[in-house]
Amino acid sequence: KKAKHSRCNFYGNVNVGRDVTINELKEAYHAVVLSYGAEGNRTMGVPGEDLAGVYAAKDFVGWYNGLPNCRELNPDLSCETAVILGQGNVALDVARILLAPISMLKSTDITQPALEALAQSQVRRVLIVGRRGPLQIACTIKEIREMVNLPGTKPEMLPADFEGISEVLKDVPRPRKRLTELMLKTALETPGEKELERRKSASRSWGFRFFRSPVEVLAEPRTNKTSAIRLAVNRLEGSGADAQAVLTGEVEDVTCGLVISSIGYRSLLIDPGLPFDSRKAIIPNSMGRIQHTPGVYCSGWVKTGPTGVIATTMNNSFDTARSMMEDMDSGALDVSAVKSGSQSITALLRGRGVKPVTFADWEKIDSVETKKGEAEGKPREKLLSVEEMLQVAQT
Amino acid sequence: MAASAAVRTSVGLTLKLSRIIPDCSSCPLYGSKSCVRSATNSQRRSSQDTFRIIYRHLQTSIGLYHSDDGSSNTEDPDDVVNVVYVDRTGQRIPVQAKVGDNVMYLAHKHGIDLEGACEASLACSTCHVYVSDAHFDKLPEPDEREDDMLDMAAMLQENSRLGCQIILTRELDGMELTLPKVTRNFYVDGHVPKPH
Repeated sequence: KKAKHSRCNFYGNVNVGRDVTINELKEAYHAVVLSYGAEGNRTMGVPGEDLAGVYAAKDFVGWYNGLPNCRELNPDLSCETAVILGQGNVALDVARILLAPISMLKSTDITQPALEALAQSQVRRVLIVGRRGPLQIACTIKEIREMVNLPGTKPEMLPADFEGISEVLKDVPRPRKRLTELMLKTALETPGEKELERRKSASRSWGFRFFRSPVEVLAEPRTNKTSAIRLAVNRLEGSGADAQAVLTGEVEDVTCGLVISSIGYRSLLIDPGLPFDSRKAIIPNSMGRIQHTPGVYCSGWVKTGPTGVIATTMNNSFDTARSMMEDMDSGALDVSAVKSGSQSITALLRGRGVKPVTFADWEKIDSVETKKGEAEGKPREKLLSVEEMLQVAQT
Repeated sequence: MAASAAVRTSVGLTLKLSRIIPDCSSCPLYGSKSCVRSATNSQRRSSQDTFRIIYRHLQTSIGLYHSDDGSSNTEDPDDVVNVVYVDRTGQRIPVQAKVGDNVMYLAHKHGIDLEGACEASLACSTCHVYVSDAHFDKLPEPDEREDDMLDMAAMLQENSRLGCQIILTRELDGMELTLPKVTRNFYVDGHVPKPH
C-alpha cells in the first residue's frame, strides 16, 4: 500500500493555513503539492436561501456520510416533495438517498443518525431540476440507471421536455448518446407488463425537470418554513454543450418542503500566500505548476475545478507529476539543496500544540469503525466527531 | 460505437455458465465460508462475479496444485492460456496464464502498469484495454454497467473493454491486450510503482 511505503508519511489532523503555512512547508521541502479539492459550495444567490428546509447538497451529503462538521444538520424530512437544484452526480446521489428503501441503506456505511432520520422521512417525491435541457444534463449514465432501477420508486418525467431529442442523437458521442437513450426510454417508452406492475406498487417517485432556474424560495408565513420554490422558465439558445439558458419571463411555483442546492462545489483559499482565481474558484496554474509560486504544484479539483470522474482526476494528477519530473530534470525545481523536511515541521507542530495523526493511528480508527460495523452488518460504523477519532488514534 | 454491441457475436454468458455450473454437493467448498453460493456471500455479487468465482473454485475442486505467483509449471496444460500485453510504450509482454484468470489482476501480478482504482467493482474505467480483433468477438457481451463505465474511458474504440471484466478461457489463447496511450510513465527512469 502506498500509504505504508517507507518513503511516504501521513500527517492527519493538521490544518494547512492555520497550523502550518505554505511558506513554512516550502522552506522545509523541495516541492509542495496542493490536492485539497473543493470543499466549499456555490450558492444560488436567491432570496429565501437561508430558510429552514433549504440545504446545500455538500452539507446534506456530509450529514449522511458522517462528516463531523455536518453532524448537527438535522434536515427536516417531514414534507412530501423535495426539489433538488442541479442535475450532476451529486444531485442524483442525494435523490437516491432520499428515496432508497431503508433495507438497502441499512447495509451501507451511512451513519446511524441519518438512517434513523430517513426511516422516519415523509419525503415521497423528488424533482431534480436543471437550467437547460436533457442534452445538457451533467450526471452520468450509471447514476441515472441506479434511479431507474431503484426499488419502490417510479419515474415521473414530462414527455414534452424530450421533444426533438431523438432526432439529433445519431451524431452525438457514445457516452452522451447512451445516457440520453436511457432517459428517452424512461420518459417515453410504454413500459412492459413487469415494469408496469412494479410502477403501480411503487410508493415513491422521482423525475427530472428541465429548463428551470431558481428565483426564490417561498415560506409559509406563520412558521417561516419552506413551502415552495419559484422557478423561472428558460428556453435554450444554441445546442450541445454550449447551449445557453435564456429567461422567457415566465415563472412557475413548485410546492415543496425541502430544497437542496447541488449546483457545484468550490475550492477555498487556504493560505493568503497563494494566488487564487475566485471567479473559477481554482488556483491559477499551468499544467499543475502554480503561477508565480515556484516549488508549489496543484492537482485534482483545486487545479481544474470540480468536475470529472475518477479517470479524469487520475490522469490530471499524472500530468502534475509529469510537470514535477520535467522541472527536476530541467533544474527549474532545485533538488540539490538539503531540506529539513518532516523534522522541522513536526517540531513546529509540536511547539504549536498540534498532534498529527499518523497512518498507523488512522488504521486504529479504521479498525474501530470496521469492528463496530460488523456488529450491525455494515462495512463500518463511522465515528462522528473529531474528538472520538483522536481518542482512538491516541490509544 | 454503440453499434459494436450488435456487431459482436459471442458465446452467451448463460451458455458458458450452463457448461460449468458445478454440482454443489461434490465440491470440497460446499457449506464452507469460501463457497460463493452460500447466502452470506451472495450480497452484492453480480452474475459476473459469480461466474468469475465459479471458474476459480472449479479449479480447486479438480484438485490441481496452484502456486499463486503466476508460474505455470505445475499446471494442467489444458488450463494454460497465453496472452500478450502491449504496454503504453509499445513493449510486448507475453504472459502464460490460466483459465479463469482475471485480465486486470493478471496484469498486476506481472508488473504491467494497468490501473484498477475501484478494485473491479465497475465504478471506474481505469483498467480500460483494447482487445485484439480476433478475440474481441469471443468475449461475452458486456454487462450494461460495464458499458456505462466504458463511456467514461478516454480514447474509447470499438474493441475497448474493461480489463477487470475479462476472464480467460481456452479460446482466448493468443489474445493481445493493449493499454491505451493516455498517460505517460510515472517516473523519468521508467520505474512504475507497484499496484496495491
